[in-house]
Amino acid sequence: MKAKINNIMSTELFLPIVSLILVLIINIIKTPNFFNITIQNGVFYGYIIDVINRASELVILAVGMTLVVASSGGTDISVGAVCALSGAVACFILSGGEVSTSVYHSPYIVAFVSAIIVGLVCGSFNGFLVAKMNIQPMVATLILFTAGRGMAQLVTNGQITYIRVESFKMLGNSVKGIPLPTPVFIAIAVVILTFIILKRTALGLYIETVGINNKAAKLVGLNPVLIRFIAYAFCGLLAGLAGMIVSSRVYSADANNAGLNIELDAILAVALGGNSLGGGKFSLLGSVIGAYTIQALTTTLYAMSVSADQLPVYKAIVVVIIVSLQSKGFQRIIKEFKLKRKVEKVYEK
Amino acid sequence: MLLTPFEVIMDNLLEMRGICKNFPGVKALDNVDFYLNKGEIHALMGENGAGKSTLIKVLTGVEEFETGQIILEGKKNIINKSPKEAQANGISTVYQEVNLCPNISVAENLFLDREPRKFGFIDWKKMNKMAKELLDKLDIKIDVTKPTENYSIAIQQMIAIARAVDMSAKVLILDEPTSSLDDGEVEKLFTLMRKLRADGIGIIFVTHFLEQVYAVCDKITVLRNGCPVGEFEVDNLPRVQLVAKMMGKDFNDLENIKGENKDTKSKELLLKAESVGSKGNIKPFDLELNKGEVVGITGLLGSGRSELVRSIYGADRRDTGRILFDNNEVKIKAPIDAMKLGMAYLPENRKDEGIIADLSVRENIIIALQAKKGIFKLIPGKKQEEFVDKYIEILQIKTASRETPIKQLSGGNQQKVILGRWLLTHPDLLILDEPTRGIDVGTKTEIQKLVLKLAGEGMSVIFISSEIEEMIRTCQRMVVMRDKKKVGELKSDEISQKNIMSAIAGGVDK
Repeated sequence: MKAKINNIMSTELFLPIVSLILVLIINIIKTPNFFNITIQNGVFYGYIIDVINRASELVILAVGMTLVVASSGGTDISVGAVCALSGAVACFILSGGEVSTSVYHSPYIVAFVSAIIVGLVCGSFNGFLVAKMNIQPMVATLILFTAGRGMAQLVTNGQITYIRVESFKMLGNSVKGIPLPTPVFIAIAVVILTFIILKRTALGLYIETVGINNKAAKLVGLNPVLIRFIAYAFCGLLAGLAGMIVSSRVYSADANNAGLNIELDAILAVALGGNSLGGGKFSLLGSVIGAYTIQALTTTLYAMSVSADQLPVYKAIVVVIIVSLQSKGFQRIIKEFKLKRKVEKVYEK
Repeated sequence: MLLTPFEVIMDNLLEMRGICKNFPGVKALDNVDFYLNKGEIHALMGENGAGKSTLIKVLTGVEEFETGQIILEGKKNIINKSPKEAQANGISTVYQEVNLCPNISVAENLFLDREPRKFGFIDWKKMNKMAKELLDKLDIKIDVTKPTENYSIAIQQMIAIARAVDMSAKVLILDEPTSSLDDGEVEKLFTLMRKLRADGIGIIFVTHFLEQVYAVCDKITVLRNGCPVGEFEVDNLPRVQLVAKMMGKDFNDLENIKGENKDTKSKELLLKAESVGSKGNIKPFDLELNKGEVVGITGLLGSGRSELVRSIYGADRRDTGRILFDNNEVKIKAPIDAMKLGMAYLPENRKDEGIIADLSVRENIIIALQAKKGIFKLIPGKKQEEFVDKYIEILQIKTASRETPIKQLSGGNQQKVILGRWLLTHPDLLILDEPTRGIDVGTKTEIQKLVLKLAGEGMSVIFISSEIEEMIRTCQRMVVMRDKKKVGELKSDEISQKNIMSAIAGGVDK
């Protein structure tokens, strides 16, 4: 029995799951109706559904961020701005340049594909700077972090572009007859697809190898530049997809607020998932759990009627606790404590 | 203590007597004596782990020492607690990597932290003038107001030396200053060193280059495994003797040890390199290798052994020459190209370039084969386990399981894992760069046996090692390197310790 517990505790996902459960337990005490789920018009409603729904973009971004972190030991801080840019491009194509529209000026699929391509191009740009030009990831992605929103403003002409078409809202809300919001399915699909790619090809192994030891990776015949480039490009592509969801939720392109600060949550999700931000070995599932944890935390605080501007303070407190629980320093303290007790026991005998 | 007449006459500048220093489990310095006179260039030599760096660190206060004493200009018991204190006592060091700020001017670098001031502000005019005077005195003619990075490493090194000398250095330590310089730059540095010698400064010169020792030094102190081997006048110590002393062999006893005759089975050519070279790394060389042949590459550390094989394998840039593999001219731009031809390279530095520390034994073994197959052809899990179990069995790798992270294994077992990684790719040419360094004797013998067995099965092997006996046991032919250049080859019947050392030492033999 004891061995079994030790076994569970030593798996890499143990702490992220504990963190998530911890956040949820607070809810049971503070907001008993947190887990209530009701059905209205054939659609599920409730805090917990809200968490899963709202976390979707974050989950998608966290997946991309995980690969970026693992392969390069750096982070892509431009994903929020790329979300805004891809949303702006999609809405621009659909509205035909007007501020508000109630009919599509171009087919939806064109806008959707364009948004994804915009994301892919942005990611490739980051990947080129980081992998090929050897620029520090933080600096390289800072370029689009600042320029991305400006470019989105240029596209939307500085205004919020509204697309008042029902079918545009489907991606970010729900489709009739399906009880769960669409983003949930998209997020799950992204996670599963990425998981399959990583496990069915050697990409996962390559990314870890490059992240752990660049020199050795080269000597065993890998191309670290290409692998890092792929990670950044893929992260950009996912940012494009997330951008579509964001703009569909509010059926508009808001260059200033779409995906604002979400890059920080995405990085945090990776860290909460027990992944080292120094790169190397990674757990995709950990990052996904991390993303849901962050959203659960945000929703929890809203449920406890913390106002939006105070939210970051409480969030920070909880994050500090969770991150320290997972830190090496804390684990060492636990180890020393255990050792001390062992020694005391020996003395007692 | 009375001064003996000897000491008075000899004009002793620095004496280190009976220095002992222990690292956990290792005697880094065991009763080492070192004497330096005024106006003398004194080479400090020894192979890796001989204790050169430790001795320098003790002298400059980077490391503490346990027993012994340092006497500087007759002042006893000088104990430097930090490099700064050592500098105050007149002992300065210039390292291989220049410790200058690249983006500020030469003059600023020369007078950093001791700028001439006027009303509390830096007196730029005076500083530039002083800098110019200082460099003129040393025959270094450069613009002192230009950023330091505008000048070559050699000039930067001279600037660092000028700074050290100006801070009233009595003892100047040059720690491998020539490693990244070309011939012309080395000569300039030597001119400066001779000038300083004439000014009465004592110079300790740490280097691996034999030629340079004979070109510029007066005396040589040789260390081996932390013990002093002795102090010698350069003129009285032939090169061959120096090499023997560094390697811990008595030259006259060497004649008898000889490898068993290993006849080459085939005369089929596998690899041919024609004037392959890379600027600053290795001078152009030719190399031929037959199928099933074991060729050793020998030379002192830094002689270009690794650079030679790396330029073939595509690990380092190659500027000149062409490579023929199986009689076809081949393009090798990256290691993967070489791997696809059937080459495998076990690098010299296991920790930095070999192991992928956090990954499991399994992943570390299959990674090279996987890279060769390509990203889309993932080796199925069952197959991976089969491969890994096979090599754990063949190579007797001691690991808790195949999923144990490689970093938890001992050095010898890590090396076996990497060997397994390459054997799994079934190479035609296996390049082993110091495969036995830092691993236990048992594993060493196993690896040597394995090399012979593989060669017997038709695999060609390039074997690099610092241990000559090991090379004699395994190699059929020996390529000798000196100062980044291939200087010769020894055929099977010529391979003996004596011949190898003569060849390594080169120059005039006695």
